[in-house]
Amino acid sequence: MSTENNVSRRDFLKTTGIAAGTLVGGGLIGGLVGYNMNGKGTATLDHGNGTTNEATGSPKAKMFFMNERDFSVLSNATERIFPEDDLGPGAIGLDVPYFIDHQLAGQYGSNSKEYMHGPFAEGAPTQGYQSRLTRAEIFKQGVQKIEAEAQNRFKKGFSDLEGKQMDEILTAFQKGEIQMSGVTSAFFFILLRAATLEGAYADPMYGGNRNMDGWRMKGFPGHQMTYATQIEDAKFQKIEPNPLGNH
Amino acid sequence: MVTTLPSVDVVTVGVGWTGGIVAAECSKAGLKVVGLERGQKRGTEDYLNVHDEYRYAIRYDIMQNLSKETVSFRNNSKMRALPMRQLGSFLLGEGLGGSGTHWNGMSYRFLPYDFQIKTLTDERYGPNKLDPDYLLQDWALTYDQLEPYFDKFEKTAGISGEDKNPFAGKRANPFPTPPMKMTPMLEQFEKAAKNLKLSPYMVPSANVSEVYKNPDGETINACQYCGFCERFGCEYGAKSSAEITVVPTALKTGNFDLRFNSNVVEILKQGNKVTGVKYIDTISGEEFIQPANVVVLTSYVFNNAKLLMISNIGQPYDPTTGKGTLGRNYCYQILPGAAGFFDEQYNTFMGAGSLGMTVDDYNGDNFDHSELDFIHGGNIALTQTGTRPIGSNPTPPDTPTWGPEFKKQSIHYYTRSFGIGAQGASMPHKENYMSLDTVYKDAYGLPLMQLTYNFTDQDRALHKFISARAADIMKEMGAKTIVPSAEITDYNIVPYQTTHNTGGTVMSSTPENGVVNNYLQHWDVENLFAVSAGNFAHNSGYNPTGTLGALAYRCAEGIINYSKSGGSLV
Repeated sequence: MSTENNVSRRDFLKTTGIAAGTLVGGGLIGGLVGYNMNGKGTATLDHGNGTTNEATGSPKAKMFFMNERDFSVLSNATERIFPEDDLGPGAIGLDVPYFIDHQLAGQYGSNSKEYMHGPFAEGAPTQGYQSRLTRAEIFKQGVQKIEAEAQNRFKKGFSDLEGKQMDEILTAFQKGEIQMSGVTSAFFFILLRAATLEGAYADPMYGGNRNMDGWRMKGFPGHQMTYATQIEDAKFQKIEPNPLGNH
Repeated sequence: MVTTLPSVDVVTVGVGWTGGIVAAECSKAGLKVVGLERGQKRGTEDYLNVHDEYRYAIRYDIMQNLSKETVSFRNNSKMRALPMRQLGSFLLGEGLGGSGTHWNGMSYRFLPYDFQIKTLTDERYGPNKLDPDYLLQDWALTYDQLEPYFDKFEKTAGISGEDKNPFAGKRANPFPTPPMKMTPMLEQFEKAAKNLKLSPYMVPSANVSEVYKNPDGETINACQYCGFCERFGCEYGAKSSAEITVVPTALKTGNFDLRFNSNVVEILKQGNKVTGVKYIDTISGEEFIQPANVVVLTSYVFNNAKLLMISNIGQPYDPTTGKGTLGRNYCYQILPGAAGFFDEQYNTFMGAGSLGMTVDDYNGDNFDHSELDFIHGGNIALTQTGTRPIGSNPTPPDTPTWGPEFKKQSIHYYTRSFGIGAQGASMPHKENYMSLDTVYKDAYGLPLMQLTYNFTDQDRALHKFISARAADIMKEMGAKTIVPSAEITDYNIVPYQTTHNTGGTVMSSTPENGVVNNYLQHWDVENLFAVSAGNFAHNSGYNPTGTLGALAYRCAEGIINYSKSGGSLV
C-alpha cells in the first residue's frame, strides 16, 4: 500500500461516514479534493522492500504465450495498432502485450462468461460471435497465422518486417482475407484491436497502461472520488490521474 | 428429491426494482413475502472499487453470466436462430437490484399519448396511418390513472428534476429533489435548443441531487458526479436502486424473506390457480417448492415471458395466424443522433448517468406527423455521463480505425467531442416476437428464450428524421464537424444499443389483447401477476424505468387487494 496516502480509501469512507449513509451537506467535499491532490501512480511508489514497482506492479512474465516468437508477433502487431509517437508511448511502452497475455490466461481467454454450448453454426453478421473457439484459441491461432503470412509474403518473420509490411498484413486480416480455422481473420482483428485499446487504457493493476501514461495522454484522471466542486467550471481541468491501487 | 417449504402469502421471482417494490408494499401491508433472487446479495459496500472501466463496463462484471443462460436471436422467421454468445446489444442484469443496479438513473414518465396511442393516432391521422402489420394498441390505463403511482415511485427513488417540460403529463406534486448541476456542455445545449424554439429541461434523475430521505425512511446520498453510473453500482448509495430503498424497507417489516442463488424453473399450477414455484438452489443444486397464495413474476422482460411459456400458462403468440398474446409486441428502441467535434476542450470525463438536458418537441405526437411516414418520435438529449477511455475513441469521419492517425485523433477528440442522442420509440410489428427456442438450452435444461426481431420501415423513417433534428441542435451548438448517425438497416445484436427491451407480456383492457390486466394480474390465472417492461404494449421515446416503477406500485396495490377479496381485479 502507498505510504504517501496515509488514509486508505476504505478508512476514508468510514471516517466520513459515507459508507454508513450519513453523508450530509458539503462537509465531504474539501476533504475529497485534498485527498485526490495527494494521489500518485503506484508505478512511482517505492514499496520499501527493495523491489520496484517494475517488478511487482507490472510483472513481465508470460502466463499464456509459450515462446518469444509468438509474443513478439503479438507485441509488434499491437504497436502498429497503437504506436509510440510524440504524444507518448505506444502499446509496447504501455505493456499492452503483457496485459493481453494475462487476460488470455484467465476468464477472458477461456470465455467462462460466454454461452459456449453447441451446436455451432455460421450465422448472419447480425447474430454475432458463433465460434466454437475460445478467445485464447483465437489469439494463438491468429498470432501464428500472422507469422505464417509474413513468411508467405516477405520470406521473413513478422517481427523483422518494415512497418508498412506489417500494416499490409494486418489490413489483410482486418478485411477477412486470411484463411483461419473456426473463425474469420476479421473477427480476430476486432479482438486484437479491442484488446490493444483495453490494455492501453485499463487500470494499471491489470498490467497495461504502464505508469498510467495511457490515461495521461488522453486526459483521463482515472479514479477520482468526486467532481462535485469542478463539474460546473467552464475551464478544462487537468487532473493528475489516480489508479484504483491507491485505495 | 424436492423439498416443499411452508406456504407464504406472496412469492416474487427476482428482486430488482419490481420485486423490491412488490415486496416492500406487500410486507408493509402485513403479507408474508418470499423474494427469490437467482443472483447474489450485493449492496453499496460491494461497489467501492467500481471505478474500474475494464472490469465492469467492458467485461460486464455485474451482469448476467451468459454461460448459464442467454437468448437466441434471428432477424426473421426464415433464419435459423443462434444464441447471443456474449453480451452486446443489451446488458441483462443479475443479482440483487437486477439491471436497476447498473442503470444510468434516467427516470421519465411516458407521455399521456403513449397510453392511448391507438385512439389518438387514429383520431388525428385517420385509421390507416400505419400499415395493419403494426400491432398498435392502447394500454389498459390512462396517464391520469397511473399518475399517483408515478408520484409514489418518484418519491421512493428521490428523483431529481424540474417541471419545465410543456409536453409532460400533469403532475400532482413537484419532483422530490431539485435538478442536478448545470455544466458548460448542458448550458450550450440549452441555449442552442432555445434558439431553435425548442423546450429544454433537465433529465429527471435517480442520481439524486441532494441527500434525501424517502417516505419509507430510507436515505439516498448526494451524487458526486464521479462519472461511473452506467454499467456500475454506486459506491455512494447516491444512485437510487432497489438495494438501497425498497429492499431494506421490506426487510425492516420482518415479513420479507429474501433468498439468493434461487433460480426459479417453473410456475406450479393446479386448475385455474397457481400454487407456487419450483426453484433450484444454484449453490447446492437442491430443488425446492415454495407454495404461495400469490405468485408474482418480477424478473426481466425475457424471463417473465419464458417462465410463463415453459409453465404452459397463457397462449403463445403465433405470427402466422396472429393468435395468442404471450410473446407478442416485443419492442426495442432505436437510437438516432449526431456526433459533434469541437475545438474547445470539455470535462467529458466528469458526469453522472442521468446528468443531461433534453427536449420532447420531437417525441410522441408533440409534432405534426401528417406529412411524415412514421408516428411517435424520441426525446433528444445531451447527457454528460462521464466518458471513459477504453470505450470512447471518437474520431472524425475518414479517420483510420487503428495506427498513428487513429491514436492522434482519438486522443485529441476524447475531450473535444460528444454526441446528442435520442431514444426512438419502437412500434410493435407482427413479425417481431418472443418464443421458446427448440434447440438451445440453459444451464437447467430449459429452452432459451428466442427473439425474432428486426427494425421496420417505421423505425428507419423515424431514425432518419430524428437524427437530422439532433444534427440541427449540434449545428446550433457550434460543432466544427457534425456527423448524423448513419441510416439503420437490419437490427444487429452485436453492438451495445440499449437495455430497453419491452413487450411479450402486454397489459390490456381485454383478455384477447394481452397477457395481464391493468393490475398486472394474469387474465387466465387470478393469483398470478407479472410486472416488467414486458407489460408495455409499445416502447416509447424514453427510458422505461419510471413507467415500470409506476406499474410495479400498481401491481403491489392489486396484490394487496386480491389478498383481501380474491377474484379478478377488473
